[in-house]
Amino acid sequence: MEKHVLVIFPHPDDEAFGTAGVMTKFIKDGVPVTYACATLGEMGRNMGNPFFATRETLPEVRKEELLNACKAMGVEDLRMLGFRDKTLEFEDSELLVSTIGGLIDELKPSLIITFYPGHGIHPDHDACAHAVVEAVKRIPSNNRPTVYGLPITPDREEVLGKPDRVYDVTDVMETKIKTIEAHRSQTEAMVPRLKDGTLDLNSDMLKFIKQESFWIYPFTQ
Amino acid sequence: MKAIQKENVQELLESFENQKVYLHLETTSGAYAAQNKEKLSVGAYIRNGSVRFTNVKIAGAGPFRIGFKLEEGWMYAEGLTDYVLDDKRRLLMAGHDDSGRLAIAVQLSHTPFE
Repeated sequence: MEKHVLVIFPHPDDEAFGTAGVMTKFIKDGVPVTYACATLGEMGRNMGNPFFATRETLPEVRKEELLNACKAMGVEDLRMLGFRDKTLEFEDSELLVSTIGGLIDELKPSLIITFYPGHGIHPDHDACAHAVVEAVKRIPSNNRPTVYGLPITPDREEVLGKPDRVYDVTDVMETKIKTIEAHRSQTEAMVPRLKDGTLDLNSDMLKFIKQESFWIYPFTQ
Repeated sequence: MKAIQKENVQELLESFENQKVYLHLETTSGAYAAQNKEKLSVGAYIRNGSVRFTNVKIAGAGPFRIGFKLEEGWMYAEGLTDYVLDDKRRLLMAGHDDSGRLAIAVQLSHTPFE
């Protein structure tokens, strides 16, 4: 059993599709889960029709959604790291790495979940994943937590092979949908289709919602 | 935000003329646009740029274009559809597509954006 799970993503809602199920499962099993979210997704593009936000009010909207998502999953330890959306790859790398390193020192997680470096598509995803890997590399190898990488590139299996861990999360699907739903500004077009069945949960396309797959990052040094 | 009323926006824009103004300017096709192989993911962003403009004009019949004649250059944006003067007296203008997704934003303020 894991001792403490640390989930690190750059944007509110990054956790919803790929990891909300396992986060919920860990919490149900009594494993403490900390969610560190680097930004507030300030650069989100969906303002709604009719509008629910402007560029300037969006951060507050998404912060509220993030809090609601954590409530849905039962995450009690949420850390908002205060970086700015779409700037992570340009940020002082040392600041990112030391911020994440500080969290690892404090929480001593047995497992860290983040995007798989180089397979994040969004530049923030990759910058976040690289910083996590760098922070973990600085820990003596006998003391390192396991790192689950979440690749979202279409060719992930061709490049990385089959996932190392696959979790069936159908037993916590209701919570997972609630988590997705909490990020209304990002998901409102999709949630009704999830609920009424027009987005068929049995389709291959949505297998990833029912099955959360992770690749263990191989530290070579 | 509401649909741009050209005369009102022109008036508001002019109230920022000939003074130091904080500028937020962004345009984006979305970080995921390149996933669609024919598309290039493009965008540009400046937050709290500092500009002074001597003339400003909104043009077009919607979506609108706005051009700023700077003391030493030019700045313009196109594809603007909506605006609001917010409670901090900041002029927020944006271009949204039919589904409400922001594609461009031009915002002016007398004080720095957070």
